[in-house]
Amino acid sequence: MGGIPHDHYDPKTRGEKWLDGRLPIVGLLYTTVMAPTPKNLNWMWIWGIVLTFTLAMQIATGVVLVMHYTPHVDMAFSSVEHIMRNVNGGHMIRYFHMNGASLFFVAVYAHMFRGLYYGSYKAPREVTWIIGMLIFILMMATGFLGYVLPWGQMSFHGTAVITGLFGAIPLVGETLQTWLLGAGAVGQPALNRFFSLHYLLPFLIAGLVIVHIWAFHTTGNNNPTGVEVRRGSKDEADKDTLPFWPYFVIKDLFALAVILAIFVAIVGFMPNFLGHPDNYIEANALATPAHIVPEWYFLPFYAILRAFDNTVWVVIFAEWISFGIIDAKFFGVLAMFGAIVVMALVPWLDTSSVRSGRYRPMFKWWFGVLVVDFVVLMWAGAMPAEGIYPIIALIGATYWFAYFLVILPLLGVIEKPMTPPATIEDDFNAHYAPKDDDTQPIVSPAE
Amino acid sequence: MANAEDHQTTRRDFIYYATTGAGAVIAGAAVWPLVNSMNPSADVLALASIRVPVDSVEPGTQLTVLWQGKPVFIRRRTETEIEAARAVAIEDLVDTGAENANIAGEAEATDENRSLVNFSPTNPDGTMGDPVGTNGEWLVQMGVCTHLGCVPLGDGAGDFGGWFCPCHGSHYDTAGRIRKGPAPRNLPVPVASFVDETTIQLG
Repeated sequence: MGGIPHDHYDPKTRGEKWLDGRLPIVGLLYTTVMAPTPKNLNWMWIWGIVLTFTLAMQIATGVVLVMHYTPHVDMAFSSVEHIMRNVNGGHMIRYFHMNGASLFFVAVYAHMFRGLYYGSYKAPREVTWIIGMLIFILMMATGFLGYVLPWGQMSFHGTAVITGLFGAIPLVGETLQTWLLGAGAVGQPALNRFFSLHYLLPFLIAGLVIVHIWAFHTTGNNNPTGVEVRRGSKDEADKDTLPFWPYFVIKDLFALAVILAIFVAIVGFMPNFLGHPDNYIEANALATPAHIVPEWYFLPFYAILRAFDNTVWVVIFAEWISFGIIDAKFFGVLAMFGAIVVMALVPWLDTSSVRSGRYRPMFKWWFGVLVVDFVVLMWAGAMPAEGIYPIIALIGATYWFAYFLVILPLLGVIEKPMTPPATIEDDFNAHYAPKDDDTQPIVSPAE
Repeated sequence: MANAEDHQTTRRDFIYYATTGAGAVIAGAAVWPLVNSMNPSADVLALASIRVPVDSVEPGTQLTVLWQGKPVFIRRRTETEIEAARAVAIEDLVDTGAENANIAGEAEATDENRSLVNFSPTNPDGTMGDPVGTNGEWLVQMGVCTHLGCVPLGDGAGDFGGWFCPCHGSHYDTAGRIRKGPAPRNLPVPVASFVDETTIQLG
């Protein structure tokens, strides 16, 4: 699409022409679905479809669950049990929705690290990346709000902790926290509004997904080589690309089927594996669960939040230089949100002239360490906040910031990248050498 | 509006800015009630005070009650706990303020400034300010960690024998003062007083 020369929709019948003159929607869908797509995309380019599917699944199951749920502090917990025991098939619908959140985050983390490795965030795809980060933030908000609704122990005390993050903001924090909760403490007003927002945000995500797709259809997809599709003529472009339908749709659906097989096995055989037993205890304001941890997908950022206590020198320094306005509590909150902000700014932090990590010998290793770091942070976040764990979390958090703020800017200067192939076609042919008797690859879609 | 050619300020410019300005004010005025509706409603704001019977609380045990949606710890401390709290020097504390709503203005976080004034016949209305009869047996404080609002574990938990917050590892001593961990402040002492020998009023 966009700059890549491609076929256009050509209304043939009178009916098609009539509609096209009034609302060119068929043409829009045609251009979207037939988008010329680099033909060397590998299996890491399937997560977009998985994410789109998961969003649809979460909205569909969510709409049905709402028909049986009651957002009241006295009834929320039992209405969820009502769904589990009385509603026809309700337990499966809820388990799909509950584990769907995990599938969503598995897919989004894979999608994001794909983008980080292949430089998908680099010019001209910065806007796609930023929209993606906004979607990620909305996903985290939606996931958190949804986790509150069953009104279990983890729901309740998790809410206290997360809204406490806003309470840590100097000067306006307490007012803001009270406004968010609608009371001085977690209770009915909070539950009711969280329910409202949990229903709203997925539709905002859906809107942003359309903008996300619009943005990368304008620039064209990135691909494992990071080399742009040739745009000189339609002939050239056709040698580098294949239409999204049917080639990539079929490939993506196959990948989706494999992933869903694993997902359904988890939903069917171990639906509570990723949850916490404490959330099957009704909320009790008088007792915090002995070991409170968020869902697995928040753990890396949770570990960063906890890593900075008042014994760390940067925290002490920040407190001193800001005359006590930035205390250890606020510093932790800043670090947690900062971990996402530095990721959002990566298009401007990465100074390398080569886009794909495949041709960056030093980058590869630092990136590998970042992936390990992410997993280590996730593990440290799940551990109690004592002993060696805060130290591990601190080292992990330091590497996270160092990767984005120091390593990426420096690598672009000191690294000597390899030469990427001249064209996507070359890369493709290196993997799938054309046969001697049939050098002409299929380029036109089956119509 | 903005043409490449220079032009003098016209009536049309004025109307343009006036309309935009009025539109912005109206939009703000329309949004504010929606924002404000999310603030605590009248019933939530209606401050309630509660009376808590404490005759069944033995030394070395703690009562947790819910007040204004938040837990309040009412602990009857042992001699050992009181001595441990009083042995601490102010300069060893993270937060040197008493955080006591019963004391107007700034006060140091001494154990005396944090514990509840005992009921005494010389002080029948139970108001603070008259330290007669204080022996520090009763400690009343909010059961909300000043870090991110979890409920700390009591009964001698943590490295300082007071409270320990399981969420992020904040340790409070036997006077509810923060000693170690991410929490910035001592557990706040709410407005509280003895109304008779066995009843504490909160609020």
